Amino acid sequence: MIRRLVEKTGALIEEFFRYAGQLTILFAQTVTCAITPPFSGYRFLWQAKRVGPGSFFISSLVALFVGMIIALQMAYMMLKLSGEIYIPNVIAVSLTRELGPVLTALIVAGRIGAGITAEIGSMVVTEQVDALRAFAINPVRYLVVPRFLALAVMLPVLTVFAVLVGIFGGFLICYYKLGISHIMYWQMVVDSVGLKDIVTGLAKTVFFGMIIALVGCFEGLHVRGGADGVGRSTTLSVVRSFIMIIMFDCFFTFIFYFLFNA
Amino acid sequence: MIEIANLYKTFDKVQVLNGLNLTVRDGETKVIIGRSGAGKSVLLKSIVGIVAPDSGSIKVGGTEVVGLSEHAYNKVRKNIGLVFQGGALFDSLNVGENIGFVLDEFGRLLPEARRERVAHALSLVGMKGIEEMMPSQLSGGMRKRVSLARVLCMEPKILLYDEPTSEVDPITADAINSLMMEMHDKLKVTSIVVTHDMTTAFKIADSVAMFYHGQVIADGTPDEIRNSRHPVVQQFINGRAVGPVTEDESMKFGHVR
Repeated sequence: MIRRLVEKTGALIEEFFRYAGQLTILFAQTVTCAITPPFSGYRFLWQAKRVGPGSFFISSLVALFVGMIIALQMAYMMLKLSGEIYIPNVIAVSLTRELGPVLTALIVAGRIGAGITAEIGSMVVTEQVDALRAFAINPVRYLVVPRFLALAVMLPVLTVFAVLVGIFGGFLICYYKLGISHIMYWQMVVDSVGLKDIVTGLAKTVFFGMIIALVGCFEGLHVRGGADGVGRSTTLSVVRSFIMIIMFDCFFTFIFYFLFNA
Repeated sequence: MIEIANLYKTFDKVQVLNGLNLTVRDGETKVIIGRSGAGKSVLLKSIVGIVAPDSGSIKVGGTEVVGLSEHAYNKVRKNIGLVFQGGALFDSLNVGENIGFVLDEFGRLLPEARRERVAHALSLVGMKGIEEMMPSQLSGGMRKRVSLARVLCMEPKILLYDEPTSEVDPITADAINSLMMEMHDKLKVTSIVVTHDMTTAFKIADSVAMFYHGQVIADGTPDEIRNSRHPVVQQFINGRAVGPVTEDESMKFGHVR
């Protein structure tokens, strides 16, 4: 029993490190292709358009409700302590530092990451990726680099909008339900959010974007079999992106904590 | 000239190429026949560098390509056009963009010259004026022709066809055969055609090679292959269900006959 448990754990750890190694190799290849000519601005812009405007509505909608939920949940506690005036601070800081970046990344991973895997996976199954190589075109340069750059650039932009919309969601509850004046609300928001919060929040999203692109492309490029394989890889892509986003969020939180509190 | 010597390739413990030797002379159309899984498509993909052989040698125009760096291989690839079995057209691009893909990627032509080159490639395969259509709107035969037009745009010296007449009706198959012969006559390219279709094989081939268990068991002119006394060749070209090939497979899968 114990032996089986140890073996299974060992296999899982081995699988984890193998996967991390393969992703690191893809990352190195992607960065090498991204910084060496020829460059394709068109493909980057096309992908950026797909990631940005395409995900804007859904990420903003989720952020709006999250802002409202935080306001209501905080009100539940703060009213007991007569501290409802601090609710705007909590909304602004939690959305800027943590919830805005992570929730937007998770939404984009589910929407765009899964799409990337399905698209590239279908290309693998129908030999389109082989065709690229046969035409002397590096699939990493052609398929991975534009998606990688587009997500690294657009995820912070989407996060900024999501945070603003989320704070507005909180305002709706604070103003209409809790009786906090709009001047007071926005004053508290501006006072509570520092440059440090904005920088740490947005810096993470650049890495989250890279993770979503790398995992999505990697799973797509490693599809085996037909439609079944594409479906399996798409599911894996979303699950692994989610896990890695949360893992790296924890890691960055640690780093920033020690960096700014040392 | 393409010279293949002692080529080995294994997938998941299955020996697909087993010391294969084959030579294709300049300007020759070599047809490769054999059962599914005999290693025909793997050979084409090995030549173009999509599949890396375990060992052996592939020389394309005198250049050894096995073990070549990607950068050096790309120079060789620019002279080879591979027509994939399913066409492998890029779904997100229309026909014109698919055909002009390589021209766009390597940016060698002005827009007007590019348009002319794409139109010319389409006219060569008898499909003028479909530049704006998407691959999803094309039939199987049309996809294969567009795929051929796409590689013709590269002006390759070597053309590799992976089952060009599979999944198309007999009339389209004959049209594709005529097209391949025309390409051979007009462009003087060296061609390797993988097919199961014996009509195609005997119509277009300068020579025919039969693969069996990852090796070439017969290589000769269409007449020599037609008159071969090798029982495996005879069973295959006559499409008989009973014979040494199926007996061999029955033993392999443990059936009792």
